[in-house]
Amino acid sequence: MLLAVIVFNFILLSLVPGDIADTLAGESGGASEEVMADIRRTYGLDRPFHIQLATYVGKVVQGDLGTSYYFNMPVTELILGRVGPTLLLVVTALVLAILIGTLFGVIASRRPNGLFSHFVTVLALVGFSAPVFWTAFLLIVLFVAILEIMPLSGLVDPTTPRGALAWYLDVLHHMFLPVLSLSSIYLAAYSRLARASMMDVLGSDYIRTARAKGLGETAVTYKHALRNAVIPVITIAGLQFSHIFSGAVVVETVFTWPGLGTLAFESILRGDTPTIMGILFFSAMIVIVVNLLTDLAYRLADPRIRSARNA
Amino acid sequence: MTEPRKTAPGSGPGTVRIERPAVEFLRMYARNWAAVAGFLVFSTIVFAALFAPLILAVDPFEMVWMPFTPPGQDGYVFGTDNLGRDMLTAIVYGARATLVVGASAAALTIVIGLTIGSLAGYYRGWVDEVLMRITEFFQVLPPLLLAMVLVALFSPTLPTVAIAIGVVTWTGVARLARAEFMRIRELEFVKAARSIGSRDRRIIWRVILPNALPPLIVNAALTVGIAILFEAALSFLGLSDPNVMSWGKLIGDNRDYLLDAPWTVTIPGVAIFLTVLAVSLIGDGLNDAFNPRLRER
Amino acid sequence: MNAAAPLLEVEGLEVEFSTRQGTARVLDGVALSLEPGRTLGIVGESGCGKSMTALSIMRLVPEPPGRIGAGAVRLNGEDLLQASEKRMREVRGKDISMIFQEPMTSLNPVYSIGDQIAETVRLHEGLSRRESLEWAIEMLKAVHIPAAERRVREFPHQMSGGMRQRVMIAMALACRPSVLIADEPTTALDVTVQAQVFDLLKELQEKTGTAIVLISHDMGAIAEMADRVMVMYAGRIVEEAATEEILESPRHPYTRGLIACVPHMEEKPPPERAALTEIPGVVPALTDIGAGCAFAPRCARATDLCRRAAPPSFETGEDRRTACWLYGEAGAA
Repeated sequence: MLLAVIVFNFILLSLVPGDIADTLAGESGGASEEVMADIRRTYGLDRPFHIQLATYVGKVVQGDLGTSYYFNMPVTELILGRVGPTLLLVVTALVLAILIGTLFGVIASRRPNGLFSHFVTVLALVGFSAPVFWTAFLLIVLFVAILEIMPLSGLVDPTTPRGALAWYLDVLHHMFLPVLSLSSIYLAAYSRLARASMMDVLGSDYIRTARAKGLGETAVTYKHALRNAVIPVITIAGLQFSHIFSGAVVVETVFTWPGLGTLAFESILRGDTPTIMGILFFSAMIVIVVNLLTDLAYRLADPRIRSARNA
Repeated sequence: MTEPRKTAPGSGPGTVRIERPAVEFLRMYARNWAAVAGFLVFSTIVFAALFAPLILAVDPFEMVWMPFTPPGQDGYVFGTDNLGRDMLTAIVYGARATLVVGASAAALTIVIGLTIGSLAGYYRGWVDEVLMRITEFFQVLPPLLLAMVLVALFSPTLPTVAIAIGVVTWTGVARLARAEFMRIRELEFVKAARSIGSRDRRIIWRVILPNALPPLIVNAALTVGIAILFEAALSFLGLSDPNVMSWGKLIGDNRDYLLDAPWTVTIPGVAIFLTVLAVSLIGDGLNDAFNPRLRER
Repeated sequence: MNAAAPLLEVEGLEVEFSTRQGTARVLDGVALSLEPGRTLGIVGESGCGKSMTALSIMRLVPEPPGRIGAGAVRLNGEDLLQASEKRMREVRGKDISMIFQEPMTSLNPVYSIGDQIAETVRLHEGLSRRESLEWAIEMLKAVHIPAAERRVREFPHQMSGGMRQRVMIAMALACRPSVLIADEPTTALDVTVQAQVFDLLKELQEKTGTAIVLISHDMGAIAEMADRVMVMYAGRIVEEAATEEILESPRHPYTRGLIACVPHMEEKPPPERAALTEIPGVVPALTDIGAGCAFAPRCARATDLCRRAAPPSFETGEDRRTACWLYGEAGAA
């Protein structure tokens, strides 16, 4: 799968009108044919397609994603420096969305026609329909402009001494709004999903068995029903991880969060193709890793999935 | 097998099939007031977008008044933005880009998804294997990031944007169509059609597809919503045609003035939100109307 | 047998369900009594209220839409319908337990069978985790599951239907309940497995003295297991007697129909294969039962009286009752 991503990246690059030489030449204000040919030779562009492809694949496999035009440093290094904040943001948002969403769904399922149940339905619709950057702006207006309790942007206040407890707290403080914006969509979706799935499970025969055993409603709900109901939530969360990653690009841009998303966005504006392609490749890799982890979680939650699962 | 074939994939309650079920369907739909409201809001937006030049004879890019005039002041209902452009005009014209890109991207999504999903679900075996690998491949790439890359690498024009959105969002439709085709192809009437020697193409189009349509139509409504959100995100990031006014672009242009002139950002946001909300309410209404029994839960 | 005090006694039980079509009385004046160590069979077509009777005894009728309107369910003299929900939880699984029709779906797929058996014992007997797991192994041995030590860690999907029903029985009997309600315990199983499960139930009953309420639509199964039989139709008990008496001389036209439906295996097959008998018509919707006898529309011997008024229960023999006007005059005379 990763190999496919590499090849896809390369084909995408070669489909693009113009090449590196044009870009570089353009930046330096025009260059002669000779210089252009020279650049092409340096980057191996004069060689046949399949050789270029093989070279590219070989390099990527060794962890060499090329050199950023803009920063003039290895893309791999650039990405590794930025991946931390992104993962912090995405993973926190995802975990929060799953936990709170499932909790909401469970509470709603206990009274399917209750007020909270309707609230979850509305929340799901609103969460789906609101563009994430708009949610972020509304949160900024509320928390930054009106309440004045949250920082506007960045990962941490540059004046905070690094490494101290205060530094971690400051990061938490800065994280609040981005995480809230990003998780809001998925929280809404998962609470609706968890509600439906809980209602499904609560009607099943083994729940009747659990009640006939003399278990109280709390044990029935949280022990017997929840574990079954959470399985589809995990599945969907795993499938949607690439979407959350996408959302992070927008959220990072809004809050100038120094992660991969901001880097990707800025690199696109700068036409820094190796960096963009590197990020695309790298994020695909993260998604694949997360999918493997989801599979693992799925296996833990559901003993029926012992044999190979057809995803 | 007696399914009539007058079915065009698309959204809206107009795509109903035969006479009496259609009446029944409309009645079910009309009972859901939220879905009716969604339909009315959406129709209004479409109407405004269609007749934009007749309603407001101003270029949305033209500077008409002082920048940052608050809504309601000096006769500007929605105020003006950072370049002194009329927000109302921008919103009405923005609806055009949003709807055109949203609709064409959604159509592309459905065509790709339906083709891949139906082939995989119908033929199974190696066809399924290959097509599902391709689907998984596209699921691994973060969709918005890929769309950004596609738009940036090629050209920032409306067709590119629509194609890019279609290319990154079809996997959901493909999975759904595949699951439906796999389920339906095992049903008795499909076996019957096969036993009388119908050809594959006929079975796919005339026998299975009509029966797979309800969930696909509901999904199509969601797909339109998703496409609009993608368009908004791309134009917000400045990765769309700079010469076409759209809601996302309006927000992107004014984002730096969020705290001083919040309406420049919130009003276009509300427009996006309402449109997508209306579309998803329509989807919900269609879903309930297709499955009346589910509502009794 | 009349000397033994009733362990479980149900009187005048009424249960209603509100549906879109109106309120349906799914149980109407159901009464039963059960002595320790005995087996009571409840028989009838699907939808006649057998399972609802069982759920009402456990107070597990889903509310809403259901509602227990009137009646009493006495266990050793204590009226369970008046008991607190907390008290009911103590009763469920400890004093009265239940096994269900679908062994495939009645066990929680994500917990091992050992956990599920142990959970009951931990809850009611206060055993530690370890003790309760050991007890679960004992119970698996008691229901003749081979390699119990190993299988205790397995999950429901790793077992066959018959095995799962054994697990359900083990779970139900783990706290030595005085009453076991078996709701169609073998309907979903193969015929050979059915016989095994019945043998197992009989064996365990002899060992533990548990009273059993066996619910089935299958007269054959009832004949094999039950001491007494109650026949239900449309939420009412139409006939009640000792098993042999019912089989030998059914009184109520519906009971006669049910017994005529059972093919007689032991007899020589007639030269021409006799058509299976069936009762004409279907069970009426419970929302449109009029004032008359619910069975009247399907009954060959129905009179105007039957269509006008529902018959009360008449004594039709020693410890035997039939709710049919045919015996009303005779009983009165």
